[in-house]
Amino acid sequence: MNLRRDVFQAIADPTRRAILLLVSSHSMTAGAIAANFDTARPTVSKHLQILTECQLLEQQQNGREIHYHINAEKMKEVAEFIEPFRKMWDDRFNKLEDIMKNYKPKD
Amino acid sequence: MEPKTKIHAENGTQELIVTREFDLPLELLFKAYAEPEIVAQWMGTKVVKLENKKHGSYAFETSDPKGNVVFKANGTIHEYIPNQKITRTFEMENSPFDAQIEYLDFEKRTDTTSKLTMHIVYRSVALRDQMLQMPFAQGINMAHNRLQDIVNQLK
Repeated sequence: MNLRRDVFQAIADPTRRAILLLVSSHSMTAGAIAANFDTARPTVSKHLQILTECQLLEQQQNGREIHYHINAEKMKEVAEFIEPFRKMWDDRFNKLEDIMKNYKPKD
Repeated sequence: MEPKTKIHAENGTQELIVTREFDLPLELLFKAYAEPEIVAQWMGTKVVKLENKKHGSYAFETSDPKGNVVFKANGTIHEYIPNQKITRTFEMENSPFDAQIEYLDFEKRTDTTSKLTMHIVYRSVALRDQMLQMPFAQGINMAHNRLQDIVNQLK
């Protein structure tokens, strides 16, 4: 459970979520990732380190370069983890929307 | 497709933000919060009390099919500005969880669409994370219960 919570905290940060989104399409070097953010390079490195430590990202050596790519299995776990809370509210709001679309004022 | 309901929960903070865009005019969205019988329908709970006014209070109660009360919650309304804003507390009864404060902002997008922003502040980071995890944990419990039901039927 502790590991899960770390993962959860990792994705709670907006920059780290943006990094995951970025890397999800194709693997990238740290430099290429950092180029997408206004944040200082060491800050991005720190985010990459956290994401790697909790196994959301994996490193791959390509010659002299290190590429980061998504660990799909771990991501799936996270999505499932936060999804029930979102789904709970989504279900309620869908219901609200349906009810109000058919709302007829009284009298 | 982007999900209509979004959760924003930043690392290490004791708050979270739920946003949702509705295909409803602002007035109709707000009405769904103003009228007790409508709240009951979409929240899936009995609305025991709902005094929508400054310093008013509310109480919800949910029973299982056998009539046992399984959920009780209540809170105080601190601010109530129709079609604009509701500030209230929310507390689950018979639970170890401290009350949370909720800021609900209602916005008009177009004549037929509106947006709700629900900003919830908890007493601590740990409590926020716990509440965020609760439906996940309940999902696991329900799966266990279903399994238990099946096992019981086998006996």
